[in-house]
Amino acid sequence: MNPEPNIVETEQEIVSEFDLFDSWDDKYEYIIDLGKKLPPLDPKYKTDENRVRGCQSSVWLAADYKDGKLFFQADSDAVIVKGLISMLIRVLNKRTPDEILDAKMDFIREIGMTTHLAQTRSNGLLSMIKQMKHYALAYKIKDPVASKN
Amino acid sequence: MNSPLTKSKFLDINVIRQEFPILNREVKGRPLIYLDNAATTQKPQQVLDALTHYYTNYNANIHRGIHTLAEEATAAFEHTRDAVKSFIGAGSREEIIFTRGTTEGINLVAYSWGRKNIQANDEIIISNMEHHSNIVPWQLLCEEKGAILKVIPINENGELVLDEYNKMLGPKTKLVSIVHVSNALGTVNPVKQMIADAHAVGALFMVDGAQSAVHLDINVTDLDCDFFAFSAHKLYGPTGVGVLYGKKALLEVMPPFQAGGEMIKEVTMQKTTFNDLPYKFEAGTPNIADVIAFKSAIHFVQSIGKEKIRRHERDLMDYGQQELEKIPGLRIIGKAKEKVSVISFVIENAHPQDIGILLDNRGIAVRTGHHCAQPLMDHFCIPGTARVSFAIYNTRYEIDELVKGLLRVVKILS
Repeated sequence: MNPEPNIVETEQEIVSEFDLFDSWDDKYEYIIDLGKKLPPLDPKYKTDENRVRGCQSSVWLAADYKDGKLFFQADSDAVIVKGLISMLIRVLNKRTPDEILDAKMDFIREIGMTTHLAQTRSNGLLSMIKQMKHYALAYKIKDPVASKN
Repeated sequence: MNSPLTKSKFLDINVIRQEFPILNREVKGRPLIYLDNAATTQKPQQVLDALTHYYTNYNANIHRGIHTLAEEATAAFEHTRDAVKSFIGAGSREEIIFTRGTTEGINLVAYSWGRKNIQANDEIIISNMEHHSNIVPWQLLCEEKGAILKVIPINENGELVLDEYNKMLGPKTKLVSIVHVSNALGTVNPVKQMIADAHAVGALFMVDGAQSAVHLDINVTDLDCDFFAFSAHKLYGPTGVGVLYGKKALLEVMPPFQAGGEMIKEVTMQKTTFNDLPYKFEAGTPNIADVIAFKSAIHFVQSIGKEKIRRHERDLMDYGQQELEKIPGLRIIGKAKEKVSVISFVIENAHPQDIGILLDNRGIAVRTGHHCAQPLMDHFCIPGTARVSFAIYNTRYEIDELVKGLLRVVKILS
């Protein structure tokens, strides 16, 4: 059995998947598909506390911590955002706080989704990543075992 | 009728498009289709040339310099003031104050006139279709003074409920501030009658003309409004320039808004006396280049004629509404009888943000979101809309492309 790919390997997987697409339309159709397939968020997490209100759409992001690893769940009312988050989760899910905090997330640029990194989009990918790293940091501080690493 | 006037009514949009270099660019490998004109219009070559010409030939600080460049720059700057004065039918050039934009114009009135004249329990009336720029300055003023903000409701077509307005007006009403044309819906509000109604109870009336100045014939004297604010960049002009018109008698007794150079007559450490109108309200070095280039934008609009621009945009809006309504699940938000140049819509099971991203993929620029009018979106119980807004250079072909794009959006998202 192959070991689970690490963060960088997962990022590379996504980049090679996107290399197969010729057009922007194809890329977005794929992202939309990911968005539609993202497992529904447990209603108990759909709280205002977990809500990142943007100028355009809303995002809910929640994290659980088990055996030293983070487990993310998310939802959005816009499907492209949902697809983008789905990729972030694919890369950062089931990782330790330190792995998440060290993640460079370069794949977003490599697949041409830089526009979604714009600082002005308050619920853009940048703030999603920041939020995920916040969760990692919070659990790292809370968990004495993890914080020793 | 075969007069030269009738002949010149013919508009060749392709010739007009050639004046806008940006329309030649591609977005995502396709020719740009720019349908976000209510946010800002593109700029014709003569506006771009005016900017370059200023910086290349007579860049100087204005009003105080005695050298040639300063004199030329001052003259050009003040020519724009004269052009604006006739463009909006003001009585005198002293009533034309240059600002950064509509927002600053409204804030100027709220701070200067408002803080001097509004007291506890006074009432200010706005409407439910205002842009945040015409809500928040009044909210702050009311909070500070203990005054009351009243809001005219709107009906399902996106029109003001005027009966409610008339009920609100009373001896406590001190100011009414209303958008002339809604940025989110395109509704044209009957401000002339509303102004007369406000004056009947002794209240002042401010018009937010951000969207109207480019589409409607504006005559502030005929409207009899007390203040009228608009922006150059929605009128084919540069960003960072706006105009506040105010009646001279009001402006004269209003305290300064910002303090600094330009706005003073004499400064000693004990006491400063202020400059005359309009300079009293133009502290600091103004946006000289863009004000100068604004005149070219006014000239561009006047040389075509607003009547012809309106007729062309009306055709686009009617055709656009007719074609968009054929798209399954699409609902137009805002169906006022009097409407200009904006079509706002939602599509079942398609988030406006997704619509915007997918249209951008086809080189089509539209606006999505709440359009800085959250109370209005709440009224329609929607998070936002997709909005297309037209300018003189848009074509029916572009609407056909929009429709094709939307049909694909519906297909992908369903």
